[in-house]
Amino acid sequence: MSDYNFAYLDEQTKRMIRRAILKGLAIPGYQVPFASREMPMPYGWGTGGVQVSAATLTPDDTFKVIDQGADDTTNAVSIRKFFERTAGVATTEETEKASIIQTRHRIPEAALREDQILVYQVPIPEPLRFLEPRETETRKMHSLEEYGLMHVKLYEDISQHGQIATSYAYPVKVQDRYVMDPSPIPKFDNPKLEMAAIQLFGAGREQRIYAVPPYTKVVSLDFEDYPFEASKADHACDLCAARDSYLDEVIMDDAGGRMFVCSDTDYCRSRREAGHSGALASPAPAQEVPA
Amino acid sequence: MTRVEPNPLLSVRGVDKTYGARIGCRDVSFDLYPGEVMGIVGESGSGKSTLLNCLAGHLDPDGGAVLFDTRDRGLVDTVTMSEPERRMLGRTDWAFVHQHARDGLRMSVSAGGNIGERLMAVGGRNYGSIRASAIDWLDRVEIDESRVDDRPSAFSGGMQQRLQIARNLVTGPRLVFMDEPTGGLDVSVQARLLDLLRGLVREMGLSAIIVTHDLAVVRLLADRLMVMKSGHVVETGLTDQVLDDPQHAYTQLLVSSVLQV
Repeated sequence: MSDYNFAYLDEQTKRMIRRAILKGLAIPGYQVPFASREMPMPYGWGTGGVQVSAATLTPDDTFKVIDQGADDTTNAVSIRKFFERTAGVATTEETEKASIIQTRHRIPEAALREDQILVYQVPIPEPLRFLEPRETETRKMHSLEEYGLMHVKLYEDISQHGQIATSYAYPVKVQDRYVMDPSPIPKFDNPKLEMAAIQLFGAGREQRIYAVPPYTKVVSLDFEDYPFEASKADHACDLCAARDSYLDEVIMDDAGGRMFVCSDTDYCRSRREAGHSGALASPAPAQEVPA
Repeated sequence: MTRVEPNPLLSVRGVDKTYGARIGCRDVSFDLYPGEVMGIVGESGSGKSTLLNCLAGHLDPDGGAVLFDTRDRGLVDTVTMSEPERRMLGRTDWAFVHQHARDGLRMSVSAGGNIGERLMAVGGRNYGSIRASAIDWLDRVEIDESRVDDRPSAFSGGMQQRLQIARNLVTGPRLVFMDEPTGGLDVSVQARLLDLLRGLVREMGLSAIIVTHDLAVVRLLADRLMVMKSGHVVETGLTDQVLDDPQHAYTQLLVSSVLQV
């Protein structure tokens, strides 16, 4: 622990990142450029989120990391270990107990509180990028509020698929001003973007930070005759029987067998501990017969 | 007997543009009245495109004024106008048809999306009505309705050019800038495109400024003609007058250079 400055980054860097975060909070949805540092992990593994977390952490914080909702995947485990080692903060897998949650591609199912911070890892912060490759032009479009192009993308979806087929990284308009990419969360999570917690977005390779302050208005873009729909697999979790959570589809064998499970592992575990049981849940451990 | 002069739609006053020591265009002034089509002809490098880009707000002229008759505030200088206002004009009252269709189209977006973009840019949020006007416009530029979901890359050169025109005219602009609209098309396709353009211009009462080096194009489309050489306007007048009785030596050369078949 003593080999590192608290939370890996030096104090000047953290100050620089905090300034960017404050500016981001002052202008909800606006992408603030910042001098992203090289982190000891490859781009695409959450270098932006890690820098935002490092600048936000205090020694009293309890830290949680999720990757696609799960606490036990490689990305989540390694980032959690990284901060255990470099910051010595307490870590947890329980959403309820965490004060800072770094996430990749999900918002936890449990509602977050005002004293919590949600940090997103963002691969491509620019929602207009795939339609307009020029950065000078996209910046101008943001500053002049020219967002017609975003609807062209949705138009293309409907004309090709009969519905808005964009199912993740679904563009939103923040506080009636900036169009923002909410990072690749499923569109099921979009309504949750209006929450009590502070939401910070860090894109390391693209060197951008943006933010959504608590209780900020966040509207998913749509057409009058094709309204936004927060969709999920039409199924209950096979482990905890939840019908209100976002589900992962897991292929079980090569004969078409599959199961649906909550992508939020902590939510699923807490429900099972509370006695809920899904169609494919194993019986309680006490009844398991030793091999 | 007195006659009430209508207000010009576009009034150009002494527009200058230089590229360092080289002259782009020098001291160009003219008025364009509603419903009028103006042709600008000249050889390559004579400053036609520079002038057009200055008028359309793509280039910042070094001097002069470009006054446009806006709907709400009357004649306003578009050079000193704020950029959001100018860009708003660029997608409502103005249209710009590029020589190469791929400069004016989004090649990765379907024909319908290309036509609908301007509608969505000015706030259209109803998929059904956007699609209906896209199909209506495809029909008006003689592209089959079944191609509405095809990308422009699957279209022929002539179809791409017609699609670009549809995409520009869908918001009912009052002034259309055209930069060599028939360049690079074979003659039979050119003829059809000119026919279509002439129909649309008359039907919608459009004003247009057409830059071209093809005298046949201006003969068919333009009411008035402006001949440019080395950045200067050397002759102006009614199209037939200029073409049938050229006064300036360069215009005479230009007219006599056309091959008679």
